[in-house]
Amino acid sequence: MSSEAEVAAVNQDIDLSQVDSIIEPYLGRKEMVIPILQKVQEHFGYLPRPAMEHVSRRMRIPLSRLYGVTTFYAQFKLKPRGRNIIRVCKGTACHIQGSPKISERIEEILDVESGDTTEDLRFTLEEVACIGCCALAPVIMINDDPHGRLTPDKVKDILESYE
Amino acid sequence: MYEKHIMICGATGCLSSGSNQIAEALTEELESRGIRDKYRLVMGGCPGFCEVGPIIVIYPDEVFYCRLKTKDMAELVEQHLIGGEIVERLLYKGPDVDAPARFYDTIPFYSKQKFNVLRNSGVIDPESIDEYIMRGGYRALRRALQMDSQAICDEVKDAGLRGRGGAGFPTGIKWGFTNKAPGPKKYIVCNADEGDPGAFMDRSILEGDPHAIIEGMLIAGKACGADEGYIYCRAEYPLAIKRLRDAIKQAEDYGLLGSNILDSGFNFKMNIKEGAGAFVCGEETALLASIEGKRGMPRPRPPFPAQVGVFGKPTTINNVETFANVPLIVKEGGAEEFKKVGTEGSKGTKVFALAGKVRNTGLVEVPMGITIEEIIFDVGGGIQGGREFKAVQAGGPSGGCIPQDLINLPIDYDSLTQAGAIMGSGGLVVMDDRTCMVDLANYFLSFTQKESCGKCTPCREGTKRMLEILDRITEGEGKPEDLDTLDSLAHSIKDSALCGLGQTCPNPVLTTIRYFRHEYEEHINEGYCRSGICKPLFQYLIDQENCTGCRACVRVCPVEAIKGEKKEPHEIIQDLCTRCGSCIEKCRQDCIMITRVGSEADVGN
Repeated sequence: MSSEAEVAAVNQDIDLSQVDSIIEPYLGRKEMVIPILQKVQEHFGYLPRPAMEHVSRRMRIPLSRLYGVTTFYAQFKLKPRGRNIIRVCKGTACHIQGSPKISERIEEILDVESGDTTEDLRFTLEEVACIGCCALAPVIMINDDPHGRLTPDKVKDILESYE
Repeated sequence: MYEKHIMICGATGCLSSGSNQIAEALTEELESRGIRDKYRLVMGGCPGFCEVGPIIVIYPDEVFYCRLKTKDMAELVEQHLIGGEIVERLLYKGPDVDAPARFYDTIPFYSKQKFNVLRNSGVIDPESIDEYIMRGGYRALRRALQMDSQAICDEVKDAGLRGRGGAGFPTGIKWGFTNKAPGPKKYIVCNADEGDPGAFMDRSILEGDPHAIIEGMLIAGKACGADEGYIYCRAEYPLAIKRLRDAIKQAEDYGLLGSNILDSGFNFKMNIKEGAGAFVCGEETALLASIEGKRGMPRPRPPFPAQVGVFGKPTTINNVETFANVPLIVKEGGAEEFKKVGTEGSKGTKVFALAGKVRNTGLVEVPMGITIEEIIFDVGGGIQGGREFKAVQAGGPSGGCIPQDLINLPIDYDSLTQAGAIMGSGGLVVMDDRTCMVDLANYFLSFTQKESCGKCTPCREGTKRMLEILDRITEGEGKPEDLDTLDSLAHSIKDSALCGLGQTCPNPVLTTIRYFRHEYEEHINEGYCRSGICKPLFQYLIDQENCTGCRACVRVCPVEAIKGEKKEPHEIIQDLCTRCGSCIEKCRQDCIMITRVGSEADVGN
C-alpha cells in the first residue's frame, strides 16, 4: 500500500467526537488555536485532514489559515508517524562531535531521509535543534530514550532493539 | 526531621546518563534496610556538571558524588549514610585535581563560578514553594509591592541589569517604557523559547528554580503596571512546563498570584503558552504573534512591544535569566550586592552552557568579565584528549567564532560585540583542530536558513544564496571570488533584514571569514580540508610506521575499504572509502591521518 493510500485509510477512522471535547473549553477563543492543535496531535499522533476541517468549522477559522499555522511550526505533523520516533540532535555540540555521520548511518540502514517514515511504519526519522544534553554529544533520542556518546558503528545495534 | 537530604540531579543531562535508575536503586536500598524515612530524596535541579553525571549531592555534608552506577548505591548507603564516612571512590577525580575532591571548594569546575541565578538550582526541591521561601524567596516581591512603580524601574536600571536574552538592552529602561505607556491593560511576557542549538541555560533555571521566574515576573508586573503575564515556553521542555504549572498553582494557593496579592491591592494572573517549534519565535514580535495563535512571523519595530505588544497592549518581554536576576536586585540591599560583580558596562553574572570539545561540559555561572581562557581552561578543564584549542562559538547561530588569539578577551556584552560575536543567550561551544570552520559556518547558516520565516527578502533569499556558496565550497567547488560575494551578501542581510534573526545570522560566516580566512582559501584554492570534515577535500591514510595491524579499523569499516594482514600495517582503498570516520574513532594508535586528496601512503619499505 502506498503511503498516500495508507493516509486515506487511516483518515477514515478519525473519531471527531474526541476533537469536539478538545475544542469545547476554547470555543470562541481563536488565540488558543495552537494549544488546540497540539492536543489534537497528541491524541492522533498527527493532524488528520478531517480533524483539521473539523477544527476549522468549529473555531470559525479558515482552513487555509489553519494550515498556515500548522505548516509554520515544526512540531505539527500532517502525516502519520512510525511506531518509534528517532530524533537526531542537530545541536552545535552534537554537530562538531560528529552527528552528521550518525544521521548518514541511520539513513543508510533504514533507507529513509530525515522527516520520513519507513514503509513498515517502524521508524520515523526526525531532526531536532537541541535535546540539551550536550555533554553526551552526539546524541539521538528514540522515543523517550536518549542514546549518547554515539559512534556510527553503534547505530545498528541500537536500532535493532526497537520493534 | 530528616537526617540528610539527598539531591539527585534530575535534569536532562543526568537523566540521559541514568539518574532515574540511580534514584530507584537508592530508594530500593534504603527501603530494604528499613531506613527510607530518615532521608529526604529529591529529584532536584541541576548542579551543572553534566559531564560527570549522574550526580548526587548529600546535604548537610555537601558531598558531591559523580559518575554513579546503580551498583554503587549499596556502598553509598552503607558507608556514608549509615557509617558516616565519605566514599572516596565515588568522589570527583580528574586530571585537574591531585586527590578525590569533595565539592564546591575543591572541584576546579566550581572554583571560578559565582551562583546568583543558579543559587537554588540543585539545592532546593524545585517542586516546593516552602523551600524557595525558606531561601529568601518572595521577599523581594513583598518589598516591591510597597514601592512606587517607577522606583522599581530605576532601581533595576541603576543596578545595571541588562537583558540576558541576547542584545543586552538595559532592563530597567525597558520596564520604564511600558510603565509610561498609556492604557489600563498591560502584559509581562517571559521568553522561554530557548531555541539556540547548544544552549540549555534557561531550561535549567525553569526546571531548577521555577519560583524565581514567577517572582521576577510579578516584580516586573508591579514595575510596569501590568496585571497579566505569559510564559512562552518551548514544547520540547515538558519538565519545565510541568514545574511551572505546579509552581503557579502553589503561588496561587499561597496568595502570591491572583487578586490583591499580599493585601497590596496588586493583581496578577499568570498563563503558560507552549511553543510549537519555530526558532524565529525567540524574536519578540514573532513570539507575540505566536501567543495570539498566528504564524510566528516578526513585524517591523517601531512600534515596540512596550507600546503595542501582545493583543495590541503595552508589553514587556524579558528572557528567563533576566527575570531570575530580578528578585536578587529588588530584595533589601540587593542592588548594591549585584553591582559589585561584573564589569563597568556588564553587571552581575552570566550563565553559560559549556559544550563541545571541552573536558568539563555543563552549565556554568560566572561573573561578567571573566576571560575566555578562564572559562575554557580553569572551569572547563581544557580540551578533550589534550588536543589543540581552536575557537569558541559564542551566541549560537546569531553569534560568532572567537579564535585562539583572543583567548584573553573578557566576556561581557561590549567585548563580545567588538569581536564580532554576541553574548546571545549563552551557548559556548568549544572547538578543536578537528573542527572545520567552513563546515561550522555552513552548519549555522543552514540552521538559520531553515528557520527563516520567509517574510523579508534579504533573509529568505540572501541566506539561501549564501548557503549555496558555502555548500559549494565544502563540496570542493569553491571559486576565488566566493569570499567577496559572501562578505557583501552578509553585510546586505545584516543591514536590511527585518528582525534579529536575519540581522544576526551572517555573524558566524563573517567571523569565520575574519579569523579563519586561510581555511576558506585552503578549501577553495587547494582543495583541502585540514580538519577532515568536508568529505571531497581530504582522504584518510594509515601511517605505515605506526600501524600495529590490530584490525580494529577493519572491523568497523562498513564498506570493507581497509585491507591488510593481522599484525601487518593496513591500507585504505581510497576508491571504496566513504570517509565515514568510523576507523579514526576506533584507532588506538592514532595512526589514521587526514591528508590531501591524492597523497601517497609512505609504505616504509
